[in-house]
Amino acid sequence: MTTWLIQHLTALRDALRRLAGAPLNTLLSLVVIGVALTLPTAGWLAIENLRAVTGDTPGVQQISIFLSVDASQGEVTEIASRLQETNPGSWRFVARDEALKRLQQSEGMAEIVGSLPKNPLPDAFVVTPTDSQPASLERLAQTFAGWPKVAHVQLDSAWVKRLDALLRLGRLIVMLLAVLFAGALVAITFNTIRLQILARAAEIEVAKLIGATNTYIQRPLHYFGMLQGALGGLCAALLVTTGSHLLSAPVAELARLYGGTFTLQGLSTIDIAALAAVGGGLGWLGAKISALIHLRRIS
Amino acid sequence: MITANAVTKRYPQGHEALKNVSFEITAGEMVFLTGHSGAGKSTLFKLLAAIERPTTGSIVINGQNLAALRRKAIPYLRRKLGLIFQDQKLLFDRSVLDNVLLPLSIVGHPPKDAPRRAQAALAKVGLHNRDRAFPITLSGGEQQRLAIARAVVNRPAIILADEPTANLDAASAVEILDIFHAFQQVGVTVVIATHDPLIMARLNPRVLRLDQGEMNEMTWGQFAAGLAP
Repeated sequence: MTTWLIQHLTALRDALRRLAGAPLNTLLSLVVIGVALTLPTAGWLAIENLRAVTGDTPGVQQISIFLSVDASQGEVTEIASRLQETNPGSWRFVARDEALKRLQQSEGMAEIVGSLPKNPLPDAFVVTPTDSQPASLERLAQTFAGWPKVAHVQLDSAWVKRLDALLRLGRLIVMLLAVLFAGALVAITFNTIRLQILARAAEIEVAKLIGATNTYIQRPLHYFGMLQGALGGLCAALLVTTGSHLLSAPVAELARLYGGTFTLQGLSTIDIAALAAVGGGLGWLGAKISALIHLRRIS
Repeated sequence: MITANAVTKRYPQGHEALKNVSFEITAGEMVFLTGHSGAGKSTLFKLLAAIERPTTGSIVINGQNLAALRRKAIPYLRRKLGLIFQDQKLLFDRSVLDNVLLPLSIVGHPPKDAPRRAQAALAKVGLHNRDRAFPITLSGGEQQRLAIARAVVNRPAIILADEPTANLDAASAVEILDIFHAFQQVGVTVVIATHDPLIMARLNPRVLRLDQGEMNEMTWGQFAAGLAP
């Protein structure tokens, strides 16, 4: 075993002993760090779940062209040939009978459709433009609206875009929260290490006098901060997992009432490992800064 | 082994603690550094231990000039010295054995072998059956012996002791001195700063006498003659 490895193991053991030596202090620190990491983690999880609801196609843009109910077969062909000419991308024709059949298959609609005296649906074209820039989509929609017998043009993507924008906003808020609480974690570790150094001032002074390098003195402090942060991260994972377990039944119930199936996704093993790693990294950073500042005062 | 050349130490307030001090200590020698309180003994001790740096002049230990030593190199120099401080600097929150284990941990000594090594050092100072005791329960002489055990556990070639017999009764002081003498007998260079001339009498050593920051070198006989009324 090399000296280097021995010294790291010694420092790690020292840090563990100190964490275990003051269980109440350790527990309180872990709860504070855990709670600080829980908020951004829970926010991130909520966004991820929402994104799963909206499906994997937030980027696909479609324009629906609804014709008048009284449009004749010839007028439909006219629109088709105009589309051919404009060539905005791929498009398909949805005949009114086909649309009705599909509607009939939808949840709870069969009875309603059956009770209708005649088909109320118009013929429609669904266009998937190659150029999905918002401005060109608008331009296309306006062109389509000007064609004969076109009753209504709808940019199907509007709601997806709105949701996507909302999700992006949400993600930004979660990111800001994460930065804020990361700062809090660093500050908590900074203070814990400051107290550690104060409590060990005599030992540090003696160690320096008899030949300890700064690295030797800082190493157990770094391990302490890192372990505390990583355990705090696991604490947060525990809180978030408990929360998502408690919420999963009500969420599934809600989804069922809307006629869908949806299971709330909790944290994966990789997420938990990442949380512990981020906590450990931030703890190490706080310990490093604190050790640099406070050890300078002990000569 | 230790060479001081024209060493002057001036403190910011203008006080000159050491004035143009030069001396040489060869390997395996035992030297007493003496003088009244405030004569500069502790200052010289701090310079030799690289706790402070000389204002001018050079101190060379083992070929290394302490005046030009980089900060990062200081810990490695200190590991080669067995330092015994005036206030001992024992750690009272841990056992006698753990106090002696600290220097071994600092140099990364294999943890499996460290307790054996520490016990051996404690045995040399006669504390081998007090290893589990806490320093606060030791007598003054025992605490001093513990400080020596901690200083020698890494087997340094040089021992520097600052007032190791202060606050000890005559019998304990003699015991401590015998321990230092035993180390010198096996080739360790020993430098002892003390203001107590009586403890030197038994060993007939070379004496470096500081007086208001200036150094005079003499034999024990010359020093003792100067003490006579």
